[in-house]
Amino acid sequence: MTLTAQPPAAEVGAARKRKEDARLITGQTMWTENVRLPGMLHMAILRSPLAHARITHLDTAPALREPNVVAAFSGRDVADVQGGLPCAWPVTAELVMPVHPPLAVDEVRHSGEAVAVVVARDRASAVDALGAIEVDYESLPVVLDMEEALADGAALVHTDQTTNRAYTWIFDSAQAGTGGAVDEAAAGAEVVIRRRYRQQRLIPAFMEPRSVVVDATGDQLTMWSATQIPHVLRFLLAVVTGTPEHRIRVIAPDVGGGFGGKLQVTPEEIITYLAAKRVGRPVTYTETRSDSLLSAHHGRDVIQDLELSARRDGTVLGLSVRLTANMGAYLGLVGPGVPILGAFMYNAIYKFPAYRFECSGVFTNTTLTDAYRGAGRPEATYAIERIMDELAVEVGLDPLEVRRRNWITHEEFPFTTVAGLTYDSGNYEAATDKALRLLGYDELRREQADRRASGDPVQLGIGVSTYTEMCGLAPSRVLGSLRYGAGGWESASIRVLPTGKIEVVTGSSPHGQGHETAWSQIVADQLGVPFDDVEVLHGDTRSAYKGMDTYGSRSLAVGGFALVNACKKVIDKAKPVAAHLMECDVSDVEFRDGGFRVRGTPDGGTSLADCALAVFAAHDLPEGIEPTLDADEVYDPVNFSFPHGTHLCAVEVDTQTGQVSIRAYVAVDDVGRVVNPMIVEGQVHGGVAQGIAQALFEEAVYDADGNLLTGTFVDYTLPSAADLPDIVSDRTETPAPDHPLGAKGVGEAGTIASTPAVVNAVVDALRPYGVNDVPMPCTPERVWQAIQNGGGRS
Amino acid sequence: MTRIQLNVDGVRYDDDVEPRTLLVHHLRDRIGKVGTVVGCDTSNCGACTVLLDGASVKSCSVLAVQADGKSVTTIEGLAEPGGALHPVQRAFHERHALQCGFCTPGMIMASVSLLADNPDPTDTEIREGLEGNLCRCTGYQNIVRAVHDAAAVLRDAVPAAGPVEVPVQAAPAEREVTV
Amino acid sequence: MIPASFDYQRPSTVDEAVQVLSAAGEDGKVLAGGQSLIPMLRLRLSAPATLVDLGGIADLRGIREDGDGLLIGAMTRHADVLANPLVERYVPLLARATATVADRQVRHLGTIGGSLAHADPAGDLPAVALALDATMEIVGPGGRRSVAAGDFFVDYLTTALGPADVLVGVRFARYEGWGSHYEKFQRMAQAWALVGVAATVRRENGTIAAARVALTNMGPVPVRARAVEEALTGAASTADAIAAAAGLAGEGTRPTSDVTASAQYRAHLATVLTGRAVSAAAGVG
Repeated sequence: MTLTAQPPAAEVGAARKRKEDARLITGQTMWTENVRLPGMLHMAILRSPLAHARITHLDTAPALREPNVVAAFSGRDVADVQGGLPCAWPVTAELVMPVHPPLAVDEVRHSGEAVAVVVARDRASAVDALGAIEVDYESLPVVLDMEEALADGAALVHTDQTTNRAYTWIFDSAQAGTGGAVDEAAAGAEVVIRRRYRQQRLIPAFMEPRSVVVDATGDQLTMWSATQIPHVLRFLLAVVTGTPEHRIRVIAPDVGGGFGGKLQVTPEEIITYLAAKRVGRPVTYTETRSDSLLSAHHGRDVIQDLELSARRDGTVLGLSVRLTANMGAYLGLVGPGVPILGAFMYNAIYKFPAYRFECSGVFTNTTLTDAYRGAGRPEATYAIERIMDELAVEVGLDPLEVRRRNWITHEEFPFTTVAGLTYDSGNYEAATDKALRLLGYDELRREQADRRASGDPVQLGIGVSTYTEMCGLAPSRVLGSLRYGAGGWESASIRVLPTGKIEVVTGSSPHGQGHETAWSQIVADQLGVPFDDVEVLHGDTRSAYKGMDTYGSRSLAVGGFALVNACKKVIDKAKPVAAHLMECDVSDVEFRDGGFRVRGTPDGGTSLADCALAVFAAHDLPEGIEPTLDADEVYDPVNFSFPHGTHLCAVEVDTQTGQVSIRAYVAVDDVGRVVNPMIVEGQVHGGVAQGIAQALFEEAVYDADGNLLTGTFVDYTLPSAADLPDIVSDRTETPAPDHPLGAKGVGEAGTIASTPAVVNAVVDALRPYGVNDVPMPCTPERVWQAIQNGGGRS
Repeated sequence: MTRIQLNVDGVRYDDDVEPRTLLVHHLRDRIGKVGTVVGCDTSNCGACTVLLDGASVKSCSVLAVQADGKSVTTIEGLAEPGGALHPVQRAFHERHALQCGFCTPGMIMASVSLLADNPDPTDTEIREGLEGNLCRCTGYQNIVRAVHDAAAVLRDAVPAAGPVEVPVQAAPAEREVTV
Repeated sequence: MIPASFDYQRPSTVDEAVQVLSAAGEDGKVLAGGQSLIPMLRLRLSAPATLVDLGGIADLRGIREDGDGLLIGAMTRHADVLANPLVERYVPLLARATATVADRQVRHLGTIGGSLAHADPAGDLPAVALALDATMEIVGPGGRRSVAAGDFFVDYLTTALGPADVLVGVRFARYEGWGSHYEKFQRMAQAWALVGVAATVRRENGTIAAARVALTNMGPVPVRARAVEEALTGAASTADAIAAAAGLAGEGTRPTSDVTASAQYRAHLATVLTGRAVSAAAGVG
């Protein structure tokens, strides 16, 4: 193959249409539920109707007499072999970590906990036979309210423990040496603002219900699972089941969304494994949506008590944060660490001199909580962006002006914050200016004033959210210092096939993000091969054997780094081969414009494909050259990356009904250099939608007995297209200095930014009515109630 | 068991089914049309949307026996036999109107039905016309764009090549009522 | 989820349906469009022994003029109601409300008879039937009878239909020239109405000559807002007069508190929405 002098067009930065789509738009997708194996049986799970009870009688034998039933068993039947579900993030040495059995044995601790299973020839027979299982419960006291749970004499979620407090974790800038003491800051303050905010309980509600297929015939264990974390799952399957790791293969085929909700090792995965072992045949289980809402992990559910000290000119002097975080009945895989991820973000984009954070994790008789898009950072951003608005009102400044007086200016990067992080780069001024222009901020402020003056029943509010986040999880040494159980590296492998086609193996396992497309773009540029000549392999531990998977906006920030380095290794390996082919000295070879060229020579050269064929034949290679161009890289990041941006939201509030409608939404995000602007914009849209949903629509609600009242999509209300606004999305671009592509993460940014923008807008609309907060979600009734309680129009 | 006959994506299938079998399960488990998926149990999410005699329906809320004698178009039957994508499929790809893709079969089928009834919808009409389909990834923005694009393609196709091969909803029955 | 097993019957005549239902007794259930019933079957909130599918009775579908009114077959689908010019002309309120029922897919299968017989207090069509004094045409073991909408909705999810009765059609008087509006207040597009107001008015020379108003989800059954109607009748067609009448919307209602809204808020909404519905119907404001 002869190289052309014309360099190929750069792939990185182009809005390439996605490779993934071909199968997704034609119905040829391989979802876990589509897996069909010879002899496969179907499993159904009996779940506890009670939030806290002792199992006094459980007999699965009657189910065995039902038609087509192959097996039925309960937690007691597998108590010796089922092990406990792992928590990989014991945030303190004293963490209370109760055993979490996949199938409840003696006691159930939340509504929906699995107690028994039926395995049958078909799904309908399995479901039918659940009704034949005999089970009696003796109710135990139900603990739901977090503050009551922490009070002396409270009933216990885990009767074998002495407390409902899982842990208390503290960061204090005075102790850490990263800043002053908050008490001193408050003592010297002209303004002290105290607020309590409530992060309601949310449900990730990925569209594809969780599904698992296990083939455990022989001494091999193959598990297909709709999971975000096939690699972590493989490791933990070995730990939990005792199966030697080298005999385990985990496959995450096409996975229909996760948002953190599939960042879990689930009871259902282990139970399906146990079932497959018992019957000696492949077993499949797919949850219903009701099961999913009830038992897949929930997110958020945190009480936030804040104290902000400031001067009258709006300069913040200190921030104290006290969190009470609902763990649910058990500790999830990374659940205890979720609020801790937020600990470093409450100071946000601001130069606070003093900061203290304290978080208590609490057990309750509810579904466990764990990561949900943003995981700790949306909570932090919400709290600080809400209270900055309160400060603005208190000192009589525009909310943007208060932010300007406190934020880190673009000349000050890299900037080490009071929480001890070093922000890599950013330009808050530029993003904010752009957002203001796109929204028409001043014009809307004028309209707002007019509506206020005329007493319009429909009031206008404008909300500001200037956010940053830490993503690219994460430097392993930092994770270690936070007691996380694993590293934060990522892997990439390049296989150069004899015809010059490329297989890329990535350890980050996508579930909608578009890795196959973005990775192909990067590799095309790095290796000088066409986009279509790259195949990206992922999600199967047999081919992608090493990885840390996808969460925390880490794939590009960490995995992309590994990918670029792996490509560089390929080039380095190919250079002597190219030199040999071009009959020149290797020191004269450079990789330029998509091919190997002799330095100083404008024309000619040789391609990677030529080199690939040469090493395939290996007939004529320089002495000592290994006949392969393949390369692996495992990259451990040196720092987090810190995207940022400014989101502005304008809402109209019908003060007669409380109905909020979003009139305009502007998102300006700075995620560094982008690989594929189309994909980035899509991530922003989806993230913003989920953040709006927290602000206005979604909440998981339990009744006083611990029954989930929002157990279907009728009651747990995801927004449809008709409920969401047109989103104006734009970017500024401040490259990430530590990343070879200059890229930061984008997966969570929209969710982190949008919630406070919306609620700030709602509250802003209602300031004249004496309203300074509306609890989330800001339903029409809550807005109307806030107006009624606000004491009337001023 | 009840004997039913369905035409699915142009092929006739005769089967004995349990009356309680949902159309979507019949499509997936018996006919092998696993492109149509189940996302919920209350008919909210619309992921299972197919065309039944040309009209969009949620195949999780139809018994297979109710569909006896009818024609079903699934996402797998939308492209032309040669593989050329339907304009709605193409627009979803070009506008990045999908991410994880789980809602996509239903979203595309609902869009096809919407455009058959309303060839030139406004933004609001698209959003309200797709209110029966949930997507958790895209925020719907690019879906709305894609439906606009597909509408334009379909409108342009009409004069050039005659009626577009989009299954159109049956006209309302003007039958005499004898009740 | 998968429904529990049932015996499936698909009669081809109404008489046959009544016979099958009579034989099934209390364990029989009628399947119309299935858009409310099938999700309930899937969640096993309903598990009838016998399901009687009316889909095979061709006579039950269609819309025709009938004397001085319009007769709509019970198995006429929402989409067909919406597309029918007679409905738009004679019973515009029904068209307005039907357009808000669920989503397009559901309207392609759901039927007017099914919605009325299901009698969900949050459903949109019962209030319309009540406001317009519709007549339910019923065939049962005792033969054929007509029941006024006011007598049809008995309690939560309960109607005057006996276990072997079949609702075969709904008869509406003509409201040609009346202004109509259905004001539906939903938290979100997919949500049921927190409160809905069906209003239709006839104006003469700047006054409201006649008004029909009924409320959705303000009690276990739809509620006719008689006090509002009386206050409107003969009143000036002005914003003030309408607001004054709308203030009476709470009379006779029994709103409940649940996870979606409190009774107090529903009561408040009823007055606001009644004002809006009547104003829109009267072309005021």
